[in-house]
Amino acid sequence: MAILHFKGIGITAMGGAVPSHIIDNYNYQTDFFGKENVKEVVDKIGVYQRRFADENTCSSDLCYAAAEKMLNDNNIDRNDIDLLVFLSQTPDYRMPATSIILQNRLGIPKSCMAFDISLGCSGFCYALSIVYGMMQNHAFRKALILDGETRSKVYSEKDRREAYIFGDAGIAALVERDEKFGDSYFSLNSDGSRSELIMIPAGGYRHMSSPETLKEKVVDEYGNIRSDEQAFMRAGDVFQFVIIEVPKDIKRTLKAAEMTADQMDYIVFHQANNFINSFIAKKMKLDTNKIPETIGKYGNTSSVSVPLTIVSELKDKMKGEKMILMTAFGVGMAWATAIVPFVDCKISEIVEVENGELVRQ
Amino acid sequence: MDIKVFIEKFAEAIEVENVEALTAETEFHELEEWSSLSVMLIIAFFDEEFDKQIGETAINECKTIEDLYKLATT
Repeated sequence: MAILHFKGIGITAMGGAVPSHIIDNYNYQTDFFGKENVKEVVDKIGVYQRRFADENTCSSDLCYAAAEKMLNDNNIDRNDIDLLVFLSQTPDYRMPATSIILQNRLGIPKSCMAFDISLGCSGFCYALSIVYGMMQNHAFRKALILDGETRSKVYSEKDRREAYIFGDAGIAALVERDEKFGDSYFSLNSDGSRSELIMIPAGGYRHMSSPETLKEKVVDEYGNIRSDEQAFMRAGDVFQFVIIEVPKDIKRTLKAAEMTADQMDYIVFHQANNFINSFIAKKMKLDTNKIPETIGKYGNTSSVSVPLTIVSELKDKMKGEKMILMTAFGVGMAWATAIVPFVDCKISEIVEVENGELVRQ
Repeated sequence: MDIKVFIEKFAEAIEVENVEALTAETEFHELEEWSSLSVMLIIAFFDEEFDKQIGETAINECKTIEDLYKLATT
């Protein structure tokens, strides 16, 4: 596909929410794996802390808290929101779509168009491109992107390959038309031949949930344990895919925008793990001062990691025009690069959530 | 790169301290230092040194360090 190009559309405000419960990775599951093994894994992937949602907190609750904060901070009239997109692979229910529940909960009018997008780590660039595309139609006044994940509920705590990486978070982003926004560019890609690199094999309609799919099993020579309803990741093959495809895609998008990496104010990577991100930065000779990170304190929050990193690390650095390159890759496999101008984007403080309710501003 | 240098760089990549103990015939999966993380380190090593992008399956099909060397150099 050619690179998508938009003009006069941008993100005007953002907010974020995380569960209040902090996991200290050096002390997580040490009885099961042994303290030394845990330290080796944690140091290699660079994830020191994560946030875990409790049983009463869903992705939608995190997004709701982030959206409330952002809408209130900026006095946004909810009657002006004509489009609501919820991006997640950990929705509330298999049906109905969580976006529609959030329309009602946020007090947004029934005339709002709401739908879910089911994509993983690459998802924010996808959601942004879809919403930018729709916002070209003047029937939509303001659009809300809610992106939330509770990946802590997806992976087995007895599988060392995945147990230390993932965390939970939600964000809200407000998209508006305004002439102050210059050109934005999106490259969006998919490769279904690699669909088995990251997967939850059972619990969908191909292999429906049953007592058998819930059974924990030893899955490899290292003694890792999980059920077929928990996710696995072939980390080595994912890494191979990333080093082949991601640098190429970044170069392709920069070329289409007729820009260089040096012209970007910030480069925001999907926070996969520190090993992968440092490797790409080194390989592409990128200026690491321009690459904010949250992998250390929030872990890999799948599709939320790119916007969460912007909310967390660039909050006070968004005055005036800032060119941001976002690049994200993962389950699908799907990968995407976006070059997007931000102009005086208003970023709210990250709030904390417990039992599905906001507890701390 | 000859096999001697390859063994040294392999040891450096997966952090084996006792390089002298390694030979072309060493079955690397049996090394104490070998873990699921080593796969990532080897993939990075191949990309940096040989500009070759290999996957997990290709590494698992190798038994000895010499097998890895052949994968890298052919």
